[in-house]
Amino acid sequence: MSTLNLSLDPASRSSVSHRSAEEIGRTEQGPRPLPELGEQRAPADLSTVDTTIANGLRVVAVRRASVPMVEVRLRIPFADPATTSVGSQHSAWGEVLANTILTGTATRSRIAIDTELALVGSELDAVVDPERLSISGSVLATGLDTVLDVIRDVLTGATYPADEVDRERDRLVERIALARSQPNVIAREALQKHLYGDHPFAKEMPEADEVARVTRDEVAALHARAVLPKGSVLVLVGDIDPDAIVGTVESVLAGWTGEGTAVTISPLPEVTPGDVKLIHRPGAVQSQIRLAARAVERTDPKYPALQIANLVYGGFFSSRLVENIREDKGYTYSARSHPEFTPHGASLMIDADTASDVTAAALLETRYELARLGLVPPSADEVDVARRYAIGSLLTATSSQGGLASFLVSLAGLGLDLDWFVAHPERLAKVTVEEVAAAALEFFAPTAFTGVLVGDADELAPQLKALGGVTLP
Amino acid sequence: MALPELHRFTLPNGLRVVLAPDTSAPVVGVSVHYDVGFRSEPEGRTGFAHLFEHLMFQGSESLEKLAHFRHVQSSGGTFNGSTHPDYTDYYEVLPSAALERALFLEADRMRAPKITQENLNNQIDVVKEEIRLNVLNRPYGGFPWILLPPVLFKTFPNAHNGYGDFTDLENATVEDCAAFFDTYYAPGNAVLTVAGDFTVEGATALVEKHFGDVPARTVPERPSFAEDAPKGEIRSEHTDPHAPFPAVAIGYRVPNPVTELDAYLAYLVLAGVLTDGDGSRLQQRLVHRDAIVTDINAGCGLFGPLEARDPDSFTITAIHAPDVSVERVIAALDEELQLIAEQPPTAEELAKVTARWASTMHREHDRLTNRTLGLGSAELLFGRAELIHELPERIAAVTVDEVAAAAKALRPDSRAVLIVNPVTAGGTE
Repeated sequence: MSTLNLSLDPASRSSVSHRSAEEIGRTEQGPRPLPELGEQRAPADLSTVDTTIANGLRVVAVRRASVPMVEVRLRIPFADPATTSVGSQHSAWGEVLANTILTGTATRSRIAIDTELALVGSELDAVVDPERLSISGSVLATGLDTVLDVIRDVLTGATYPADEVDRERDRLVERIALARSQPNVIAREALQKHLYGDHPFAKEMPEADEVARVTRDEVAALHARAVLPKGSVLVLVGDIDPDAIVGTVESVLAGWTGEGTAVTISPLPEVTPGDVKLIHRPGAVQSQIRLAARAVERTDPKYPALQIANLVYGGFFSSRLVENIREDKGYTYSARSHPEFTPHGASLMIDADTASDVTAAALLETRYELARLGLVPPSADEVDVARRYAIGSLLTATSSQGGLASFLVSLAGLGLDLDWFVAHPERLAKVTVEEVAAAALEFFAPTAFTGVLVGDADELAPQLKALGGVTLP
Repeated sequence: MALPELHRFTLPNGLRVVLAPDTSAPVVGVSVHYDVGFRSEPEGRTGFAHLFEHLMFQGSESLEKLAHFRHVQSSGGTFNGSTHPDYTDYYEVLPSAALERALFLEADRMRAPKITQENLNNQIDVVKEEIRLNVLNRPYGGFPWILLPPVLFKTFPNAHNGYGDFTDLENATVEDCAAFFDTYYAPGNAVLTVAGDFTVEGATALVEKHFGDVPARTVPERPSFAEDAPKGEIRSEHTDPHAPFPAVAIGYRVPNPVTELDAYLAYLVLAGVLTDGDGSRLQQRLVHRDAIVTDINAGCGLFGPLEARDPDSFTITAIHAPDVSVERVIAALDEELQLIAEQPPTAEELAKVTARWASTMHREHDRLTNRTLGLGSAELLFGRAELIHELPERIAAVTVDEVAAAAKALRPDSRAVLIVNPVTAGGTE
């Protein structure tokens, strides 16, 4: 045995001297009082410009020079204009487009683009979802002109070389199969389908056969009609002069034009409360519980109270759900609830992953805590803890360039701006215990929810049947 | 750019303290790094260092169960802990008004954690759920960080599963916890880091106030985990019930990062030349030209570079189509390594890697959580917190010949090859 085992090897334990757990847990002085919070300094005012340039692109530029970098976030609304995803190739075209938009222009090859970006310490990534096409990245501040020029070049002149499209299409089929082997992806797709049926919003990934049919010309045609400046937003945060940079963007991207406005997704059907649908995943040793209900947008007067009610329910570690099913019962490692902002609305999502033998019990406790939130509403203490977390975590989450850029671009996607962000702590400060109780009763009733549960149905069925409110396969 | 300000001192009880003031945002980060990780857990107790990390959140003399989380979060802060091969870290990032509170919370559990049977049982269940989530119930769970070490290494500390197996976790006792704490969690075996919005004078006084009376204890002598590099190519196969495609991980040994840092950094640059970006060697060859892999990655360390002492590894991982043999993937890789060994990469290839590293480091340091933890681990492992600010320059100093030499040292006759097979050849279609 090596010296490693000195203190823990069972055989030698009696000969090793260490204190008992009880001795370790107490000192002569005894428990000490928690220090009070000090004086909180306000964050410095941000130097910022938020404007729409001639081609219709909204540009948000914020100076935060903590490191010599610039964060770049371009969001182009990119929804399927069809009312149903059935028979629509939009999702497949969009995925191939996102995977090939950075692979060639009239003057740059895939490798030339990567080389130019790398030499200025930059990476750019294009991804698509049912709502938008996003081009995101970062760059050393000295290389921002290069990045803007590459963005101009692909927006106005991506050529979609046939060999690149062919290869990325084949690779995409493999990547989709990889993604669909992940339990959280299986659960997410099942949930969206359960909530929104064939609405294009529910289709987060195309089918393999749809991707296999995509041609280069279809991708180029989608680019020509859907990659539009009007309705899109470019956020730049970092070591920049906001006024100067907006002028630069205006001249560099002047040639990016197009007919009409980028397509925003159509409103979603209302979430209908109902049974949880059990999805069979043979051999699963853990289940994914995914519940959802209607919520309200960030601009709704009820939103700040809902935000606090959600924190108390399952929105942070010190919540009723986590304290119950993790810290008391050990049913889960990860349980949480969070609002998700959908086009023209919002929903409340609850996620928990639990071992098969405690899945039904975890679902029971999840529902119990929902009911309890309305019937035994958050105390003044609970509201206070959640409120202070909401205000403080906004400060920490946006204290980096990347965090601030990502937050601002998601707000911009909801039609909100820096003013909303700056005023939000004040809104949270004004929320009363009564308003939180009302939000808890209105939005957290167990009967308001529906959802899916992915797991081994053979093992789960008897208990879930007894529990009720679950549709078995 | 001038290097950021850094202060360090050691308390009489042995606790090393690093202060990194920065007033650009009114937030503060506090971390404690203990010099013990899963390489130090004994046989029969795999996963114990990580399980113990969970228990450190379960209360201490002044704090009931759940109080730690509530005090951090009601101050507007976030927290976490993580267990690595050679250290275990704990941190809080909060609005700067909560600095004293964070120091109090860390000092209280360093002085007198409350370890009970009830909390131990509870956290064994939680850790088992964590392992189901991250390993057992998903494709490529533990690939390669759990699966490769037993192929690359021979001795228990280096080779075993740091998450632990369920039987070992269930066998853990309160007595084990007490012994582990008394042995490894001495103040002299830890580094406290404070970064962000504070004055050096104020923070120094608060550190002394809260940590000054944590009693000194004997600091264990750190064992060497050194072992020989593999003789020959060691292969192992693993069947993954959830994986749709086969995968391969190839592991090599690298120079000791603590005593031969610049030699180690040549491997870091090599990793970039091989797989960072569409223009990198292996992306061009295996993903785009031969089109035989879906994705390929290379890097130092199983959790990232410079986050463990010797012995550390260089790893290449790839996921490939079932109709492509693993031999073909390995042969293409060996050809590309040999090309670099014989004809060093160009200055432009290195310039790309060093510029991307510079921006990666800037972005890391801009996030207070990463900066605090980076300073702490650099101080603990290398005795030099400032290393995190010096790295871009040291990476830029790596020469093309050093990268060629690193490629040459990745020899087929001294490596580990882990092959992951899906249950049914052909995967899902």
